[in-house]
Order: sequence, then structure tokens, then C-alpha cells
Amino acid sequence: MNRRGFTNKISLAAMATVLGSDIVFAHRMPKDYLPLGLQDPDPFKMFSKDKGMVVLNDKPWNMEAKAHLLNDDITPNKFMFIRNNGRTPEQIDTSKWTLTLDGESVKNAKTYSLAELKSKFQHHTYQLTLECGGNGRSEFNPPAKGNQWTVGAVSCAEWTGVRLRDVLDDAGINSDAVYIGYHGADTHLSGDPKKEPISRGVPISKAMQDETLLAFAMNGEDIPLAHGHPLRLVCGGWPASTSGKWVNRISVRNKVHDGEKMGGTSYRVPCETVAPGSKVEDSDMCIIESMPVKSLITYPKSGALIKQSQTLNINGHAWAGELEVSKMEYSIDFGSTWHSCSLKKPANRLAWQHFNATVSFPKKGYYEVWGRATDAKGKAQPMVLPGWNPKGYLNNACHRIAVKIV
Amino acid sequence: MGNEFQKQVRALSKTLLSFLILVLFLFGGLYYWANYTPQPDIVEIPLEETTDDYDKVENGVHVATGFIDDTGMQATIQNCTACHSAKLVTQNRMSREGWKAAIEWMQETQNLWDLGANEELILTYLSKNYAPTDKGRRQNLENIEWYELK
Repeated sequence: MNRRGFTNKISLAAMATVLGSDIVFAHRMPKDYLPLGLQDPDPFKMFSKDKGMVVLNDKPWNMEAKAHLLNDDITPNKFMFIRNNGRTPEQIDTSKWTLTLDGESVKNAKTYSLAELKSKFQHHTYQLTLECGGNGRSEFNPPAKGNQWTVGAVSCAEWTGVRLRDVLDDAGINSDAVYIGYHGADTHLSGDPKKEPISRGVPISKAMQDETLLAFAMNGEDIPLAHGHPLRLVCGGWPASTSGKWVNRISVRNKVHDGEKMGGTSYRVPCETVAPGSKVEDSDMCIIESMPVKSLITYPKSGALIKQSQTLNINGHAWAGELEVSKMEYSIDFGSTWHSCSLKKPANRLAWQHFNATVSFPKKGYYEVWGRATDAKGKAQPMVLPGWNPKGYLNNACHRIAVKIV
Repeated sequence: MGNEFQKQVRALSKTLLSFLILVLFLFGGLYYWANYTPQPDIVEIPLEETTDDYDKVENGVHVATGFIDDTGMQATIQNCTACHSAKLVTQNRMSREGWKAAIEWMQETQNLWDLGANEELILTYLSKNYAPTDKGRRQNLENIEWYELK
């Protein structure tokens, strides 16, 4: 057997493993044909994403924006990051889609059709900031395991749906309810039908907020498939993993939800701060709730060469989880001096806020423009990496862009 | 009477034999047909190089998966890319201990199988080619694409 033939067989065996079945008549398969299940579709076309987006992972799909792509006040789909944990559900029939409310603490377990949800409950629209808990993971030292997000796993789109509270009130919840957990139609990467790729949730207090939606529209259109079509739980200001996609069941729990990725190191950080690289016991980890204060300079794109006579207009967004951002500043001397930016109020609670400033530079040379947001409680973004944690969550270090005055 | 019986036996054997030969031809033919790879009359034009050769290695990197070409790569591809993308491996940097913990986590919670003798091979491959470097508390801005801003 020659090497080429041998490796051919390996590739076939590998294909068969992935497909979960033997390829019958494999030798009759045209030489350059890839079975349909293995064809690599163009993710930019498939998800209508801008070519400037960066694919971190294609199984499951994970894609992030770059800072300068996020310049819009309301993030359009083409610049919205994708963080999927399992396989995207296929063949969704919206006319047959249902949402079931169950769990230990629901008074009347109930199932609603999508049409019923839309007709029975009042619609609300909010701009909601969704940031992946692991946004910025790539900077941690020692490195943390997982998708190596840089700065682009954040978005603020306009979501329309019904309040989760209204639906919970309709079914009725008992006084011992402490948490809700979502379940979705995505399937586990291993193909095991008994496993859920992710099933997280939020405490009842977050579930009952005005802005916590069971959304069916994003930016005025049906939610795109990659972002949870036809129904998504949206919990603005919290790790985006609490905003369950393709939701078909909400469990009202009498304890902290124990679904997939609620335990271990998933979306949890050490309850007490630890030295970088420390081993932390599961029992010493606490669930991430509100995301911390953060900002992005979305204009100009890093790398601008400008003339000494020119001033530079910068703009971007700032957000602070459950809180409002009260102050936005910039520095061109690595934090020695800070200058204020003009900062707008949020469109609604949990929406990111827009800032801008006009920057002038004293002389020729290499500069970095650093941005720093401060939340309503006086907490500002750190210039260096914040507390290390095993999975590299919550990196809210200041964003910066490079500028050269020539 | 003995003669008669012998005749009958001979006739029967002949029929059986001819059947056997027929069956042999039939199955032999089927087997040949099923395994026959037609010789193309037209000359094969090779496709663009990158698209068809699964084993192609360029600048030390396996083109189809993005893995660094080194001992243990094949075992890594076969065991680590059935469920998730190679990209989930290649974008991470871990010590041997870290990679081992990741494998154990996948075995405990994600249906990863026992890697047997391949585990040693895979761990050595990953910890050699995907080892962490010290990045400090904040790195310089890298790969800046300079452009003129009017």
C-alpha cells in the first residue's frame, strides 16, 4: 500500500467518523467530491456577515467583529458577533414553534404557540447590550482556554418581544422561585440527543425586569437564524450566554438553575480574587451576573496616519452591565492625563451609550488613544488586565487605538 | 439398479456443478463490477492545488486544518476534530497539564472517548506546538495596518 492510498483511507475514515456512518460506495465517490454533510459553506454568506468579521471557530460557529466595525449606534446583523455552543437547529417551522413553562416553581405548567405569545402579550422594544462573558479572553496571562475573543464579542441591537415577566405572571410562579433556566433547540456537538449544548439562566429578580424579553425580532426583522430565530431570551447587561437562543422551554426553578454551563468554570469566576494561574476549586467559583464597565473606540480604525495640523475626532460606545456609564475620558499619554469625552444618555436602560471627542496632538510621533469609562458607582476600567480567572472572563481593560502624527 | 442409481448421482452432480459455476461467475462478475474503477478517457486536469489535497502541508502547516505539521498531528486530527473545529485547538495555548485537563473535561462532560496510547502522542504534540508564552499584564499593539486618514 502506498502512502497516498493509505492517507486517502484515513481521510475517508475521518469523514465517516464525522458523518456518524460509513460512506457506502466510498470508492465510487468522485475524487474531489465532499459529502454534503462536510461541505464548508461560506459563513459570511450563510449568516449575512460582513467580510471584515473574524471566524474564531467553525464547529460550533463563533465569529467576532473588530472595534471599527461596531461604529453604528445600533449594531446591524452584519457586524454582530456569533457565539454558538452547539449545532444550529435546522428546519425551523415557526407555525409549530412552542414555548413551554415548567419547573418546580411554576403554578401552572403551560405551553404557548409563537402566535399566542405574540397576540396575548404586549410588545416592547429595547436596545440591549449583549457582551460575551469571555470577550477579551485572548489577553489573559497565563492564557485561558476557549475561543480567543479580542474586543468584538459585543453588540447593541434593538430587540422586540414580550416581557418574560408577563409570561411568568400568566403561568403563575410560586413564592419559592429563585431562578429561571432556558432550554433551546440547538443540539450537542457530539450528536448525543440526551445532552444540551447550553442551558443557563438568571435569578428571578433579573427575569422580572422590564427589559428582559422573549424576543422574536431584532432590528425590526425576524431574528436571524444564528442569533436565535424564532425566539430568544434577551437579558441585557449580563453575559450574553444568559440570553438563550432558539428558546422552547423556560423552567422556573426553586434553586439556582443547574443546566449545562451553569457549573464548574463555565461563566463563573473565583468568589475571592486569586493570583494569575491559580487552581480554583469548583466550590470557590461564583456565577457572573452583571457585566463590568467597558468602552470601545469605534472610530477611527486603529492605525490612522494624520498630519500635525489636523485634529482627530474620535467616537465609540460605553456600557456598564446593569449600571449606567457616568463618565467617559480619553488619554493620549498612556494615562498620565485624562480628558473628558462628550457622553450621551442611553436610549433606554441596558443600552450602550455613545461618546465622542476632538483630540489634538502636541507634536509628531506615535500615540495611542486610550478610552476609559466610569460607571454610576464610580468604578472605572483598569488600564491593565483585571483579575485573572481560570476561563478568562470579564476583561474590561481600557481599549486603545494607534495613531501616528506625520 | 446400482447402475441406475450411479447415473442419477452423476446427473445430479453435473447439474449442481454447473449451478456452482454459474453462481461463481455471477458473484465474481458482480464483485468485479462493484470494484471496477473506470479508466477515464479524458486526461485529468488537476484542480487548483489548495482545494483537493487533504494532506497538503505548506510552510509547516497542514492546509486543510491549520494544524502545525509535527509528530502526533494525524492522531490529533482524528481524535480532536470529530466534534469541534480544529480552530478551537489551534487558537489556544496551554501547558501539558492544561491540555490534559481539557481532555479530561471533555471526557467527563462532552462524550470524548478514551484516547488510549494516542493520549501521550497528542499531549506531546499539543504541549510542544501550542505552548503558552508569557504575555505580561498588557501587550503592545501589534500588526497595526497604517493608513492615511483625511
